[in-house]
Amino acid sequence: MIKNGLIFLVLVGFTVILSGLLINFHGSEQLNPLAGHYVQNGASEVGAANLVTAVVVTYRGFDTLGEVTILFITAAIVGFFLKARKEDENRERSLRKTSEILSTASTLLVPTIFMLGVYIFMNGHLTPGGGFQGGAVIATGMVMIIMSRPEVKFDHGIIAWIESTSGVGYVIIGVLGIFLAAGFLDNHVLPIGKFGTILSAGVIPLIYVLIGLKVGSELTNIIGSLKETQNEL
Amino acid sequence: MTQYLTLEFTAMVTGFALMIIGLWGLLTRKNLIKIVIGFAIFDTGLNISIISMSYLKNRTAPIIDKSIDASNTINLFVDPIPQALVLTSIVIGVGVTALMLAYVLRMFREKKSLDINSYTDLKW
Repeated sequence: MIKNGLIFLVLVGFTVILSGLLINFHGSEQLNPLAGHYVQNGASEVGAANLVTAVVVTYRGFDTLGEVTILFITAAIVGFFLKARKEDENRERSLRKTSEILSTASTLLVPTIFMLGVYIFMNGHLTPGGGFQGGAVIATGMVMIIMSRPEVKFDHGIIAWIESTSGVGYVIIGVLGIFLAAGFLDNHVLPIGKFGTILSAGVIPLIYVLIGLKVGSELTNIIGSLKETQNEL
Repeated sequence: MTQYLTLEFTAMVTGFALMIIGLWGLLTRKNLIKIVIGFAIFDTGLNISIISMSYLKNRTAPIIDKSIDASNTINLFVDPIPQALVLTSIVIGVGVTALMLAYVLRMFREKKSLDINSYTDLKW
């Protein structure tokens, strides 16, 4: 009874705080100065048509590096916690046969999903999308493979290799920025190129390809670890 | 009254409502998986309210293409910074959710129970 009362009090208090924010909220008419600078000069300074990408990869590239690191640590901890016990590792599970619809659809759809993922992260500087979204799409393709062929085993070695290579590549590109351009993770390492084409915006496409591969392999790793725990009794 | 019937205000109310629902789920549910789901709902509500703050009336997404007058972008685009922050926040949310599910599986491996009341090690 006391416990329910306390929960009720917490919820009411939280609602009061939020409604205070809500009542004083009014949509602004103008961009604030910082956003105005990004919107006005993003195209000429960074060369990316998608200004969100310009903010994510270049203006706040350091944040993104931290974000990729957090995802990496998560994948590592999940892999560590869900490491299959010796006796579970090679246990054969009796599984119901995959339905015809799913197996046929997966052979048709998986290559298409991978292609869509690659398209999304390669065009991250031109269209909505980017490395994280493309990587997540690739991971959904991997989920489809797991669902249609549950007996398939992922080679964690290859996944870890792709992941660490792209992570190191990202940091190397960032460090190159110190020597060849204005600073860490600056995108002027490569020429800016013609605005709106796929080889423009300096190293942004390169960084997003690396992030896409990294996020895709990390999410696949997490899903693979979660799947392997199913071998437990 | 009409000042409250705008798109950004509706989105913000929705986001706050989702946050309260998520907190309620976190506090009242007994099943560990449902607690994780409550956390994910809270996360979604937070993202929606951040995005609703960046919306400006009659403006479009900050992507320059042929249909946009490139010299007048400051009057055409919404704020790109909260969108970039929410991109970060979504990825972190995925990481936190995966981590919590891994903990839940680990706890289940120890006691074969998903009820939070059977984990009394930290109670006094």
